[in-house]
Amino acid sequence: MSAVIEKRPDTELAAIGGGGAPGLRSRLSNPWGKPRFLVATTWLYIAWALLPVLLAILFSFNAGRSRSVWQGFSTRWWWGDPVQSIFHDPDYTSALLQSLRLAALDMVIATPLGVLLALGLARWRGRGAGSANLLMLIPLVTPELVMAVSLLLVFTQITIVPFSLVHLGTTAQIVGQVTFSLSYVVVIVRSRLASIGKEYEEAARDLGATRWGALRLVLLPLLLPAILASMLIVFALSIDDFVVTQYMSGGYSTITIPMYLYANARGGATTPALNALATILVVATLIGIGAAYLLYSVLSRRTSTADPTALVELSLQA
Amino acid sequence: MAKAEARVWRWFALPGVFWLLLFVLVPTYAVLAVAMGRVDFLSQPVPAWSPIAWNTGYVSQAFSGALPGGEYWPAVRNTLVYVGASMLLCFAIGYPVAYYVARHAGRTKKLLLVLLVIPFWVSYLLRMLAWIGLLSPDGYVNQLLTSIGIAHPPDWLNGNAYSVILALCYGYIPYFILPVFAGLDRIDRSQIEAARDLGCTPFRAFWHVTLPLSRPSVLAGSALIVLPMFGDYYTNDLISASPRTNMLGNEINLFMQEGPEKYVGASLVLVLMAILMVGMAYYLYQTARDARRFA
Repeated sequence: MSAVIEKRPDTELAAIGGGGAPGLRSRLSNPWGKPRFLVATTWLYIAWALLPVLLAILFSFNAGRSRSVWQGFSTRWWWGDPVQSIFHDPDYTSALLQSLRLAALDMVIATPLGVLLALGLARWRGRGAGSANLLMLIPLVTPELVMAVSLLLVFTQITIVPFSLVHLGTTAQIVGQVTFSLSYVVVIVRSRLASIGKEYEEAARDLGATRWGALRLVLLPLLLPAILASMLIVFALSIDDFVVTQYMSGGYSTITIPMYLYANARGGATTPALNALATILVVATLIGIGAAYLLYSVLSRRTSTADPTALVELSLQA
Repeated sequence: MAKAEARVWRWFALPGVFWLLLFVLVPTYAVLAVAMGRVDFLSQPVPAWSPIAWNTGYVSQAFSGALPGGEYWPAVRNTLVYVGASMLLCFAIGYPVAYYVARHAGRTKKLLLVLLVIPFWVSYLLRMLAWIGLLSPDGYVNQLLTSIGIAHPPDWLNGNAYSVILALCYGYIPYFILPVFAGLDRIDRSQIEAARDLGCTPFRAFWHVTLPLSRPSVLAGSALIVLPMFGDYYTNDLISASPRTNMLGNEINLFMQEGPEKYVGASLVLVLMAILMVGMAYYLYQTARDARRFA
């Protein structure tokens, strides 16, 4: 008896709300309804963005020579084939090594240079500071091709020191990569510097620390997450870079993974080993970015739990 | 004391500034010097380092060639059309995605954010490589098309302008979505609620509140993708590989890497920079206007 009474208000509410199968009109005008169109667009986009990449990675395990038709699973292009797999073919191992060498050197040079520049630009007042800031922004708003062309002209047309010391090849590639990664380091470190503020350093100075002491014992540890994060982002930028690295290259031994991909992506003769090479590139980048994000969010203790919004911020600064 | 302190920080900036002067400012001037220079009997460029020796012949040739009817006009037209079309596509796809993740995703927001960031960091060349596999004559796209009854699926990878536009959109859209998401995520919900309380329909609240407030981030996202698109030559090389779809970047790349006529390439770089400056001026004007409106 009581069950029947309890049920009646429910059915009445359902009738007001439009019943079990609401019409299109009421569905559209209901602001608390699920935005079906947006849900569908978002998931379709994500599928569109990620499935081709996953398929390309999957094809590195293809048993046949094709990069577009699946012929069964094998690891021959990774290590099974004694001649053509990426760890045996000297073309691939050389490209892999050159990519890693450039990324490591870029990281080691651009990070300290960028950290110093960020500190200087953030606090240097007076003549020249404005122009220096502008100069730092130029690489961020120039298409990479323009930068590559101008560096190529400098290294091939100018015959005086220091430009004559830089020859196309590994040295020029390093110079080019440091030039475009420098500004990213500056942007990341500076935004962290702004969020730290000057208070901690001033407190240290008030308590008797020298300027160097305050810098070394207070500011540097506070900046560490940003420094490490920018270091890993430089690694990712370097290993992914194509245009500047290609323009600055000189000969076979300076071919990197992206350059090899560019030269062979359309060739019918290339095997799924190319996909394996690309997979290594992606895995290395994503590990670098993942580590940057974890270091940044854990060390800077912005959030107790990992918050992907920090990941977005970190990516946007880059 | 404070003044001495401020001067110390200058020494921190010095090595970086020195690096940028050497490898950003001098190279930019070198482009100008080569474009305004002359050519020796082997048609090797002889840069004119002093403005007194400048020869504007090649530069004016490049600029007049970039106008309708000129030698480089097809490339300039292709650049404008492809970049414009793929930017519109990026907006049509990217805005709803960013809007959904910022406003309605609820519990799935964190997962979706990670999924949006991944393509941002997956190598551009791998993403192109993936499509070359899918679009090749025996690839999955054409298999799908034949299976639904299209007997002669198109040739996607040889001079197909639609493939180039789609590839540009696919390549650059991650860089558009993230800033737009960040902008939408920052919008104060109480403003939208106020509009709803005052009688706006959801659509009108979106049109009069959310959309104008997200305009700066849409502009920023567009600038972020338009700049590299204008200098892009590799997408075209990989997806089309036909001179029919050449963009300005392809012309520059051709002259710089595959011939002695580097002065033509340098002049075309100046054309590219001139086009970008017009775009940049528009962007600065719009952001200044937005800053005044929302201040």
